[in-house]
Amino acid sequence: MNFDFSDDQKQLRDQARKFLAEKCPPKAVRVVLDGKAPYDKELWKGLAEMGFLGVAIPEEFGGAGAGHLELCVIAEEMGRANAPVPFSSTVYLAAEALLIAGSDAQKKKWLPAIAAGEAIGTLALFEGKGNPSPKNVKITAANGVLNGVKKPVADGAIADFAVVAARTGSSGRENDISLFLVDLKAGGVEVKSLTNLDPTRGQAEISFRECKAEPLGAAGEGWSILTQMLDRAAVLCAFEQVGGADRALEMGRDYALDRIAFGRQIGSFQAVKHMLADMYVSATLARSNSYYSAWALSTNAAELPEAAAAARISATQAFQHCAKNNIQVHGGMGFTWEFDCHMYYRRANAMALGLGSLSYWEDQLIERMRKKNAA
Amino acid sequence: MNFDDTPQEAAFRETARKWIEANAPKELHAELSKSSLGRIRLANRDIVDVGKAWQKKKFEGNWACLHWPKEYGGRGATPIEKVIWQQEEGVYGKLTQPFQIGEGMCGPTVMAFGSEDAKRRYLPKLASGEEIWCQLFSEPSAGSDVAGLRTRAEKKGDNWVVNGQKIWTSGAHYSDYGLLIARTDPNVPKHKGLTMFFLDMKSPGVEVRPIKQANGMQEFNEVYFTDVVIPDSQRLGAVGEGWSVSLTTLMNERMSIGARLATGVPEMFEFCSSLMLEDGLAIDDPAVRSKLASWAAKSSGLKYTSYRTISALSKGERPGPENSIGKLVSGMMLQDIATCAMDLQGAAGVLTGNDEETVQGQFQQMLLSSPSMRIAGGTDEILRNIIAERVLGLPGDIRVDKDVPYNKIPTKGR
Repeated sequence: MNFDFSDDQKQLRDQARKFLAEKCPPKAVRVVLDGKAPYDKELWKGLAEMGFLGVAIPEEFGGAGAGHLELCVIAEEMGRANAPVPFSSTVYLAAEALLIAGSDAQKKKWLPAIAAGEAIGTLALFEGKGNPSPKNVKITAANGVLNGVKKPVADGAIADFAVVAARTGSSGRENDISLFLVDLKAGGVEVKSLTNLDPTRGQAEISFRECKAEPLGAAGEGWSILTQMLDRAAVLCAFEQVGGADRALEMGRDYALDRIAFGRQIGSFQAVKHMLADMYVSATLARSNSYYSAWALSTNAAELPEAAAAARISATQAFQHCAKNNIQVHGGMGFTWEFDCHMYYRRANAMALGLGSLSYWEDQLIERMRKKNAA
Repeated sequence: MNFDDTPQEAAFRETARKWIEANAPKELHAELSKSSLGRIRLANRDIVDVGKAWQKKKFEGNWACLHWPKEYGGRGATPIEKVIWQQEEGVYGKLTQPFQIGEGMCGPTVMAFGSEDAKRRYLPKLASGEEIWCQLFSEPSAGSDVAGLRTRAEKKGDNWVVNGQKIWTSGAHYSDYGLLIARTDPNVPKHKGLTMFFLDMKSPGVEVRPIKQANGMQEFNEVYFTDVVIPDSQRLGAVGEGWSVSLTTLMNERMSIGARLATGVPEMFEFCSSLMLEDGLAIDDPAVRSKLASWAAKSSGLKYTSYRTISALSKGERPGPENSIGKLVSGMMLQDIATCAMDLQGAAGVLTGNDEETVQGQFQQMLLSSPSMRIAGGTDEILRNIIAERVLGLPGDIRVDKDVPYNKIPTKGR
């Protein structure tokens, strides 16, 4: 059994960590946090130069042609650094959608641009409150044009194109939904930035009015493609969450070692030690589940849907748990804008919702386990 | 990343599988397959008798105590081979329960500190199951703080005379030998006045009494010592070095990796899949499925955590600290699952007999037994301390009794 990343993949992780430590210190994250820039353009360019944006994109489309395991190790580092760039929207969702369902022309148009850092993509799925469900897709597509409003769209204000889920039928079934590729710089699109929990990752409202859209994948296949996209993104986001959880745990541990109260290191109090030990437990469970989902993703195994849901749940819980208790370990200082704790708290809770909330993924896991047990 | 054996591992697995297929007591397979918390019980046969027969067969086939050196009855196998053996042995592994403390803790301590004569005399018989060993560490007033133990051993000529009491001793009533830690000097700080011995459990003055536990069962014992004589040749390590000898024993305990702990998740999933509530199946109730999903994710997290450990062993690396979370997670989960299952049973949940409404009382039994999972082998609190100190590098507790002579440490809280 070799249930671990290879030496090359670990080397890539070290390389990514070193790069991000240098190019994406908390100071850089704060530029975006404080609203001085919509995202870190320099970092985005650097990620492209390092080959990280196209690591899982085949060479024929301008990528490095490595694989999803390589993308997982980079994702972990992106989460650890709290990178203020549209990585998940572009790489986990838009690029994967193209890889799953894109025509040759669509791939040729967008994938090399993604890998080069010249195009930002995103998924426009949600329409107000609610989790992923065909019922919640109301905007319509007919005769090649879209009409309706998507909200929230992650990184919508900076994206060049979007994968849009729209209604093309009214049978009440999944095959009412189709996916479309929309050039957001073309006409018929109105984008409005929205304030949100995690300002290091923007959210937007996008209105489509008689907006030209080309189909992505076959008509009526939208929900099936979307399900695959969400599973893949769940795995990759789980690695970001694992990276974030580990960093929050580390911050809490370091502070507990440095801070003196009542004449001793606060890390010598069991109330604090046990809180940190529990954070380690959550982070470890999340890491192990994520490794399994990475294996399933990289081998396109039949276990992927169940593994992705378990990783999503575990990693969401771990990141929320570690980010929350990191603030608690810091005490009052943890509640200041100046300390970095809140950046992870914000990211953890925003990420917990982005691909559908925890309860949605809990539903998914149970349904998928049932299906397996029935088979 | 893959779950495949190396060619060597695959060959080893094949050999093990064939041998087990030809030799295992298949007539017990169904009964052993039933999940069980705590001691295994067989309807018509004594687990110790059946276990001894299986252990003897394994010993003769060179499959006992795999990771021990050959000259002491083992196979000289690598850690990963031991894991593979455990995977293949499967439910028959439950038959090894009476021997686990001997193989995992007492044997390795004798191996590290015993004389060559003692090793050749005791270890092969331990490996073959002919002689069973127990471990005599915990005391009524020394549980998590085992170094605070009171049992005294006093030197009289070439012998030691032991007086005191041990508790929570698994298998003491059927054991032939015991590994005993006792206080040999009460005038020095607690860790410094301890010495390790082994003794014949049939020695005059040894009295074993079963403990009736909170769940109504009797799985452990108290062991009383009244002027029990132990020859100095049965001392392990130097006088006053008992604490560091015990660390060897306990370190071996933590190395027992292959063991999969019960979580209660499969039982709960099955229960919720068939339980009809007023508005439909329990598994379709949003509150139930939310909890169930979290437990399922934890349970798979534990499974793949152990796979990471196995991978490290397979590569010949030292496993990381991640495996230390197993009992902490599964113990709490069992208790929570039991409580939730009984809640779903409503008023009938109070019944503990063979009632249909409560699926034969399995969750009630889980509820009553689960507190011990959170205590035995290191309480949840001690395990958190271990993770905090050894994994995260946080400072140890401030120990107020560290430099105080043992006999000056207060013995009563109020």
